[in-house]
Amino acid sequence: MSRPDPPLLEVVGLVKHFPVRRGVFGWSATMVRAVDGVSFTIAAGATLGLVGESGCGKTTTSRLVLGLERPTAGTIRFEGEDVLELDRQGMRRYRSGVQAVFQDPYASLDPRMRVGAIIAEPLVVNERQSAAERRRRVSELLDLVGLPERSVDLFPHEFSGGQRQRIAIARALALSPKLIVLDEPVSALDVSIRAQILNLLRDLQKRLGVSYLFIAHDLAAVAHMSHAIAVMYLGKIVEHGEAAALALEPKHPYTQALFAAALPIDVDGGPKEAVLLGEVPSPIDPPSGCRFHPRCPYVMPRCAAEEPALRPESGRLVACHLY
Amino acid sequence: MTAPVVEVHDLRTHLVTRWGTIRAVDGVSFSVGEGETLGLVGESGSGKSMTCLSIVRLVPRPAARILSGRVLLDGENLLAKSEQEMGRIRGRKVAMILQDPMSSLNPVFSVGMQVREPVAMYHGLGGSALARRAVELLASVRIPSPALRLRAFPHQLSGGMRQRVVGAMAIAAPPRLLIADEPTTSLDLTIQAQYLGLLKELQERHRLAMIFVTHDLGIVSRMCDRVAVMYAGRIVEAGPVRRIFKTPAHPYTRAMLDSIPRLGAKVERLTAIEGQPPDLARLAAGCAFAPRCPQAMDRCRVEAPPELMVAEGHTTRCWLHVPA
Repeated sequence: MSRPDPPLLEVVGLVKHFPVRRGVFGWSATMVRAVDGVSFTIAAGATLGLVGESGCGKTTTSRLVLGLERPTAGTIRFEGEDVLELDRQGMRRYRSGVQAVFQDPYASLDPRMRVGAIIAEPLVVNERQSAAERRRRVSELLDLVGLPERSVDLFPHEFSGGQRQRIAIARALALSPKLIVLDEPVSALDVSIRAQILNLLRDLQKRLGVSYLFIAHDLAAVAHMSHAIAVMYLGKIVEHGEAAALALEPKHPYTQALFAAALPIDVDGGPKEAVLLGEVPSPIDPPSGCRFHPRCPYVMPRCAAEEPALRPESGRLVACHLY
Repeated sequence: MTAPVVEVHDLRTHLVTRWGTIRAVDGVSFSVGEGETLGLVGESGSGKSMTCLSIVRLVPRPAARILSGRVLLDGENLLAKSEQEMGRIRGRKVAMILQDPMSSLNPVFSVGMQVREPVAMYHGLGGSALARRAVELLASVRIPSPALRLRAFPHQLSGGMRQRVVGAMAIAAPPRLLIADEPTTSLDLTIQAQYLGLLKELQERHRLAMIFVTHDLGIVSRMCDRVAVMYAGRIVEAGPVRRIFKTPAHPYTRAMLDSIPRLGAKVERLTAIEGQPPDLARLAAGCAFAPRCPQAMDRCRVEAPPELMVAEGHTTRCWLHVPA
């Protein structure tokens, strides 16, 4: 079947299980089900926000998309092409089309390299350009992320956290990627700097038409940046829909609890959050049925027995027996 | 109103480094009453943690030195105490909960040993009374099956449970003042909500004065009665949370509130604070925020503003509010 306009990225039924070593006698068949059947699409020029607590599988999902891990099952299609079927050369092309910016700009930049060399590195590896062309491209990139041209000769330690994150963004942009995975891009930065970087990322998206997979635990920032949001719990997407609608009126009890716990700045409203009891269970042995049922305030007998499917509900997808 | 539990007057703590003298805490004053929570907010390097360490006199030596000021706990100046006397005050009268519970717990001792230690020290309990009290303490921070958990080691507990154990040790005395320095930064959102609820409950039960250090203004609006905003070692604005969030007087406070994305408010661009946080070793004369301030005047670059009263209980350090 040929579709007129495939989305930029299409992930279908993605599964990643990691074997866990248990005891002294080596490997056993125990598996951590880090990602357990996740599907989503990202359109060109759009942002998908991925939220959830630690251990929910959002970082594993991003590593699968980046091609840093091979999925146990499922498919990833990029511009209609199955990424897992690509040959070496195809994979090279894919990797230069999908870039990443990570949380800690103190760890992601080599302290012994000058900024010019850091930004030019992807160009050296992937493209045959003359030194002069590369220099031109580097200063173009620096300008794009709002750093002065003289930065090329400086080392990362001469920059503040926010400026370092700009360097990391410039490097990610070097090969004109179509998709950038942003894994907690502002959480290591000072509050007064975060807005600068979020604005920069949005401006770049508008100018370059790049898509983002935005992973963060700051829900308000995700809602601000994203066109769509997917909420993950223990390796599964429990709710997926248009960002503003989902943030304003979450449907799944977990999404509701998560957004209530996000503590908006609110000096008028009283304490209204529904505090969830208990902690996130281990993904080695997830609960039966709906994985959220042991903590859910609306749990029904059916929830422990039967796993809810992700079904359409008021313009979005929700995996819950309530609907 | 009763006398405040803790009063800090004109506290100055400087760090001598090879890059020069850093005025980490530069004339900070505030007070916290019984059952009251003061939020101390600011960016990294603004001096909030150093202020807290100065109160318990645990500043990193030899670089840091408390130069002047007074820290009155129930009227007694902690800065004039001997090291021995301070040893009896820390934990017993002033307790701290830090960001990373793993650095507050000893990995080679069981939870039980670590919880029993302060109880035995403060209350002179032993034997079965001590064991009972330790179980009670863990139960009071809502750790499920506390008797069983006493035998566990820190690495066997989740982050949220570890931080609860630290909380149990902190209220063992119970203290008069609890300093919570970013206690939930390492916790997940739903666990953070549980922990904040627990802290509030413990505070109400023991009428604790609490200093809550955070950079999360959402937590401030949930937890604190009053808030003090720090910038470059100084409190630039202080007052009741509701008032400050509704009508911030200092341009930095206003800019910070504006720059935070909010749920439900769809804006195209966030109002960013331009520039970088100041280099504390190279502070120019005048207001430290002036280089980034959209409303800076000539005077701001020359002369540091004094503390000015905006309204009853609401102060700021900004020339915009000097009475005409």
